[in-house]
Amino acid sequence: MTYLPLLGIALVVLGFALRFNPVLVVAVAAIATGLLAGVPFVNVLGTLGKAFNDNRYVSIIWIVLPVIGVLERYGLQQRARTLISSMRGATTGRLLLVYLAFRQIFSALGLTSVAGHAQTVRPLVAPMAEAAAEKQLGEIDEPTREKVKALSAATDNVGLFFGEDIFIAIGSILLIQGSMAGFGIELTPLHLSLWAIPTAICAFLIHGTRLLWFDRKLGRRSK
Amino acid sequence: MIGLHWLYGFAGLVFASFAFSSARDSTNPKRWGNTAFWGLLTASFWLGDRLGDVGNGILVLALVAVAGAHLLGRGSRESTSNEDRQRFSDRLGNKLFLPALVIPFTAFIGTLLFNYTPLKDTGLIDPKAVTLVLLGAGVIAALIICYAWLRPPVVAPVDEGGRLADSIGWAIVLPQMLAALGAVFAAAGVGKIIGGVAGEIIPSGSVFLAVVLYAVGMALFTIIMGNAFAAFPVMVAAIGVPILVHGAGADPAVIGAVGMLSGFCGTLLTPMAANFNIVPAALLELKDQYGVIRMQVATAIPLFICNILILYIAGFHL
Repeated sequence: MTYLPLLGIALVVLGFALRFNPVLVVAVAAIATGLLAGVPFVNVLGTLGKAFNDNRYVSIIWIVLPVIGVLERYGLQQRARTLISSMRGATTGRLLLVYLAFRQIFSALGLTSVAGHAQTVRPLVAPMAEAAAEKQLGEIDEPTREKVKALSAATDNVGLFFGEDIFIAIGSILLIQGSMAGFGIELTPLHLSLWAIPTAICAFLIHGTRLLWFDRKLGRRSK
Repeated sequence: MIGLHWLYGFAGLVFASFAFSSARDSTNPKRWGNTAFWGLLTASFWLGDRLGDVGNGILVLALVAVAGAHLLGRGSRESTSNEDRQRFSDRLGNKLFLPALVIPFTAFIGTLLFNYTPLKDTGLIDPKAVTLVLLGAGVIAALIICYAWLRPPVVAPVDEGGRLADSIGWAIVLPQMLAALGAVFAAAGVGKIIGGVAGEIIPSGSVFLAVVLYAVGMALFTIIMGNAFAAFPVMVAAIGVPILVHGAGADPAVIGAVGMLSGFCGTLLTPMAANFNIVPAALLELKDQYGVIRMQVATAIPLFICNILILYIAGFHL
């Protein structure tokens, strides 16, 4: 066996580290990997094209942009901020904690696309989290604003990843079942989804603690 | 039956509208690059199934050329000023949330209605794409509400959507590009090579070390591939089944479920998982493209340790 195709991985790591355009890095790495493994160029191109075409569904979510754009034009983000600043007791950490719980529960029910970075984080969650931080601190500096926004996106990811596997018909559960069946091990989706629960609880406790900790850090800075 | 191809048609229309909006934006010095980029995506969504694999490959190269040669830019046209927006927000009040919430609610209520009523048997919607189809329906409903209530200029959704899309730029196609890279990796046998390496360095005798190696391998390979789905079958075949289940008698349900979740900890740490980690950074206009990943490290690592403990305790001792 040849280790040559692993050079493709090295190219990806290097390209990302040197901050070349990621789309370019990925394309170059894909073509290099294929050629190093001895696959003819036309076949590499075909594999690339087929997978790109088969995965178009991941880009469907962008159909929400026109709606979000129009609502932002009429002050949606400002409204989200006003709502939070009128709420007593609302803090960045508590707000994101509630969002984390919702995101995990909805994902566990199989409703993974009802929320997300485009649908909920950019128009609603991030501006609300920023407003809550402003309420705690008065004016917030740029690094803090960046952190609050990034934490909002991170919270969405954690809620999604560690909620979705509790749902029995999600792709990853089916993949586990299929992989194990390949070795003659029969598992039911319900059995697998039950074993996703301990990690889901740990994720909520760990990330939730961090969120409340973030509040304390903000609180300390305001004094 | 309404399925994915309807959505592709609709998404193509949306990308075509971005191309149209870019072409009209004279404040963007690179507007023709943007027009070409969104135009190519439109072609992919409308014609992808007819282009053939190599045809799609050429389309991908064209997209890469536009993005890689830095032909994408952003305009400076303002839609409404911040003061305008504050005024609108004060006047319209909390009702502004309604159109935004129509989208998730349609997807949520619709999916429940579809799955738990006889609608399921009518064959109206492809059961595999229900939530996405209803998300699309929600978008259309929200657009209609926006037009009827806010009465924006006719092209406002096009221009505002295009403005957001231009601000995200090339990151929009990165998830699809990475999926394509994964396919090439699979064709080149990268998974088999890594599985072979992992299988060779396994220590004999210590079950705990084998568990650690299984989880670490899952996370590391996920970091490289950007997707736990690519890592999972490889690590299960290299360590999970032969050493942990057959060798040490672990519960395969735990090894499978928590193994996958160890991979998900890797997903939190890698720029290769672009749609979760890089795209949101662009969407939220963060200055640091790795800002989201940085915020996830302190959750991913302790959670990963929890996963190892769950694997070890639940896998062997319960």
